[in-house]
This record gives sequence, C-alpha cells and structure tokens, in this order.
Amino acid sequence: MSPAQASSAQAVGAPALETVTPARSSWLGFGRLLRAEWTKIRSVQSTLWSLLAFVVVAIGFSTLVASVISHDWNTPGNHPNHLRLVTDPTAVIFGAGLGLGQLAICVLGAIVMTSEYTTGTIRASLLAVPTRIPMLSAKALVFAIIDFVVSAVTVFAVFFITTAILRSHVSITLGQPGVTRALIGAILYLTVLGLFAMSIGGLIRHTAGAIAIVIATVIVVPPLVGLIPGTIANHVHGYLPTVAGELAAQTSQQSGDVLSPWQGFGVFCLWTVVLLAAAGWLLVRRDA
Amino acid sequence: MAEAAGLIEAHELTKRFGDTLAVDHLSFTVEPGRVTGFLGPNGAGKSTTMRLICGLDRPQGGTATIGGLAYRQLVRPLRTVGALLEARSMHPGRSARNHLLFLAETQGFPARRVDEVLDLSGLRAVAGKRVGGFSLGMTQRLGIAAAMLGDPRVLLLDEPGNGLDPEGIRWVRNFMKQLAAEGRTVFVSSHLMSEMAVTADHLIVIGRGRLIAAASTQEFIQRSSERSVLVRTPDPARLGELIRGAGGTIQQEESPDGVASLVVTGLPAPRIGELAAAASVVLHELTPRLPSLEEAFMELTADSVEYGDRHVPASGDRHVPAGGDGRPGGRSAR
Repeated sequence: MSPAQASSAQAVGAPALETVTPARSSWLGFGRLLRAEWTKIRSVQSTLWSLLAFVVVAIGFSTLVASVISHDWNTPGNHPNHLRLVTDPTAVIFGAGLGLGQLAICVLGAIVMTSEYTTGTIRASLLAVPTRIPMLSAKALVFAIIDFVVSAVTVFAVFFITTAILRSHVSITLGQPGVTRALIGAILYLTVLGLFAMSIGGLIRHTAGAIAIVIATVIVVPPLVGLIPGTIANHVHGYLPTVAGELAAQTSQQSGDVLSPWQGFGVFCLWTVVLLAAAGWLLVRRDA
Repeated sequence: MAEAAGLIEAHELTKRFGDTLAVDHLSFTVEPGRVTGFLGPNGAGKSTTMRLICGLDRPQGGTATIGGLAYRQLVRPLRTVGALLEARSMHPGRSARNHLLFLAETQGFPARRVDEVLDLSGLRAVAGKRVGGFSLGMTQRLGIAAAMLGDPRVLLLDEPGNGLDPEGIRWVRNFMKQLAAEGRTVFVSSHLMSEMAVTADHLIVIGRGRLIAAASTQEFIQRSSERSVLVRTPDPARLGELIRGAGGTIQQEESPDGVASLVVTGLPAPRIGELAAAASVVLHELTPRLPSLEEAFMELTADSVEYGDRHVPASGDRHVPAGGDGRPGGRSAR
C-alpha cells in the first residue's frame, strides 16, 4: 500500500498500533481470550453481587440451621437430624445453606451468558473472536475457576462453622469416612452447576427466561418428579441434573439413592457437557 | 496483493429472515483509499449487509470477503477490520475503558492502546464511567474508539453520525475522509443523502436488499436523473420554437424579473447555445442543472421503499443506471 499507510493513524491523532507479538500459537491466543473474559466478568457489578449473595446466604443459612439443631438438640422431634448427622453429616450441613445459596450461582451463570445478548456485547465479542467457540470456552473456563474458588472458600467455611456449632453434640471431622470427599464433591457440584446455568443462558439468550428455567430445573422439577410413585419415576428423579449432582456432597450413598455420589456427579457432568455443546453448536449457527 | 488487502467484496449475498428477503443476491466491491457510502432507505438491508460482511449473520447464499478472506478466517480480525455496527453493543454496567480493554486483550494489544483510542475519540475524561450513563453520541464515539483499536485498514461504519451533534458529525466526517486518504477502506452506511454528498467519494445504493446503483458520487448524480438546462433569454418565443424544432422539451417557463427562464430537457446545453447563436437569439444564461443527491436518491429508490406511502406497480423493467440485475420476476413492490 501507499507509503503514507505506515504512519497513517498519526494524522488522525491516534498513533498507529505497533506490530504486537505476531502470536500464532493457538495456546497463546487462548490465553488472550482468558484474560479478556476475566476482564469482562470482573468489570460488571452483577458478578460481585451474585457471589456475595452466594457466600452470605450459604454461610448465614447454614449457621442458622446448625444453631437451631444445636439449640433444640434435646427436643424429642429432633431425632431424625441426630440420625442423619451420624449417617451423612455433610448432607445436613450443606443441605440448607448451599441449597439456597446455589441459586445465586445459577443466576450468575445464566447472566454471564445472557448479558452478552441483552446488552449487545455479543457483537463486540464476536467481532473480536469470529470463530466463536474459543470465546465460549474461555468464558466457561474463567467462570468455572471463579466459581470453584469462591465455592471452595464457602464450602470449607460452612463446614468449619457448622461443625463448631454442633461440636458439643456430635463430632464431625475431615478424617471421617467420606467427609473430605463430600466437601470436594460439594465444591465440584457448585462449579459444574455454574456451567450448567451458563449453558442454559447460552441456549435461551434472555436473562429472565434462562434464570426461570435454571431455577425450575434446580428446585421446582425435582420435588414434583419425586411425587410420582414407582421405580421408573424414582430412577427418572435420580437422574435429574441437580438431584444426581447433589449426591457428590454426601458422605455415602443413602438407601433411597439411585446412584452413588460419584456416579451422580458424573451424570450431572454429562448433562452439563451436552447442554454446553448444544449452546456452542447454536452459538456458531445462530445470527448474533 | 497489497491493493487487494483492503478490498471488500460481496458476491450474490442473500439473507432471508423468515419470509422477508433482507438482502437479495447483492454483489458489490468496496475499494480502499476512498469513502464509500452505502445508501438506501430504512429497511433496505444496509445493516444486515454489514453484519453479513462481519460474520455476525450467516447468509443463505453468496459470500462476503475482506481482502479475499471471509471475516471468520481473519486471525486477529480487529487488526484488519474495525466495525461500528449498532451503537449499543456494550454492557451498560461496564466502564468505557474496560469495554475497550477486553477487546484489546482478545487481540493481544497492549493496554496503552486503549488510552490511545480513548484520546482519539475524546472519551479520556469519562473512560472510567459506566457506559450506561453515556449519551448516544458518547456511545457512538466509544464504538468508533473500539473500531480503531486495531488500527485496521478496513472500516465498516453503520450510521456513525447517529446521535452526534453537528460538531460530532463533522468530526466523524473529517475522520472518515482522513482514514480514506491514508489508503484505508471506509465503508459507511447512511440514509442521509446530504451527509453522503459531502462525505462519500463513491456510492453503493440499495433498495429492498438489491443493488440499485454503484458509481462515484458525481456519476451517480449525473446518471440517475434526466439532466435539464436552464436558459434565460429576452426572446422566449423564438428560442422555444428552435428548441422544440430540435427535439427538446420545455418543462417550465417563467419570467420573475422580466427575463424569461426556460427549463429545457432533451437537449444538451452546447446544442441549445448553438441553436441560439445560429438564429441570433440573445441568451442571458445557459446553465446545465444537476439534481441534488437527495433528488437523485429519491428517484432511484422511489419504488423500493419498504414502507413508503407511494405504491408503484412492479413494472419490472424500470431502468437502473448501474448494476441493475435483469432477473425477471423480481420481487414485487409489495
């Protein structure tokens, strides 16, 4: 081109972009996308508020439930909790707080994806990454890492706070069979849950719709399916995404469970992988 | 090869949304080194065409390439193409700087490049503010800053003047001319003829997703309408006779200041001058008149206005100055 081209942008007040690292390596390229997705997710307030809601609700509600159990320890009606705390302590510890707090993860997961569409950012994103799938992969990985770290902190905090509250009645330690595995399971469950919500956000593309579907899948559908009698319904219920996934947070397989903790987690991962793949497939095919 | 690097080529582009054919076998070329205006009435398919070029929409048929490559094949696309599409393509809760920063990071540009384009677009002072509080004009400037991040050789700007005040419009106009003068490809859509008349060197006019004309701005004005000649003479009767005798038509006749003015079509100005000289008729003025771009545009797109108030029957054999396709049974004017 014309020699003027080289110093071109100077004339309009913008220094020409110096040739930056002619990075051809696709790994280096993916690293750039990870940075970009990190910038995206940290630069909007919904991320902070959702994560804060998760941590506060999870820890707060767990503390409340443990305190009530502890306070009413000698009340006759409290016996089922005693039994459960012995057979599957983490299910009791996590059941309440994480069960409620996980909804914030669901909301954040959905928003991470739908906000691209509702705000129009998707156009800027895809102009920069026209092959699209690397953008989705980077977003999923960055969100999963954030989700994992925050969940790890929260799960351990919930564990130590609640066990401290219950110490005078029952001793629960990381050394007991299945307890450490259940903690890791809970962290992984919450991580995959975020990706599960994100994939639905990618499929639905509207915030309200995506959140409604995720919440329905997580807390509305399972108890309704559970109402249907019979072994077939019982198996269907057991293979529902979060019903299966939550098993990972148990110390051991309980009598009514169709799957073992890791099997359940595997089923949940399978759901998530299939939905993410569908979201990726549609991302490439649909107009942005 | 270097010349082809900034070339935009659309070949038989076709995009359908449900029953609506938004872009209909559209072919054109946009060359580097000049501002190419992309004109058409609202709903003509300008934005869709730009989205097709950028790979945001998938065409049902045809191809769009930039320097011979489809947008998706560009390794670091912002290095080659800067696009300002819809103004609101940014998260309202994110600051201007962070919007530019994540875009820069996807391409591996240094963070200081963000400051450079912030300065360029005059947004440095509000860089840390959330985009949600921006006026449309500021949003537009941010979009232009984003387009300039990669110092691209091709710029696609969809209605860049939207929401800008007169000073901002002038800034964008000079900016585009400057970029074109530097050898870049500048492809800018607009429905404002007056703006394109002073900005664009070349025009691509579409209506109902189809090419109506592709020509230089000058050529466009000259070809698109029958030219008329204004003649002023103290002897209109004699001159009128001569003109009619030579095959010309007198469109109107008036004499506001005592000297009669005739608007003549069908004869070029030199021929009228010769006729008058031969018959010794005095002429006070002999001026070839060009229609304004606005008029030319209205005439060209009259029967391709999507929501126009006039319903021209689909005659199918309307003369089009350039690039008109001869395909029979084109879509009716409905």
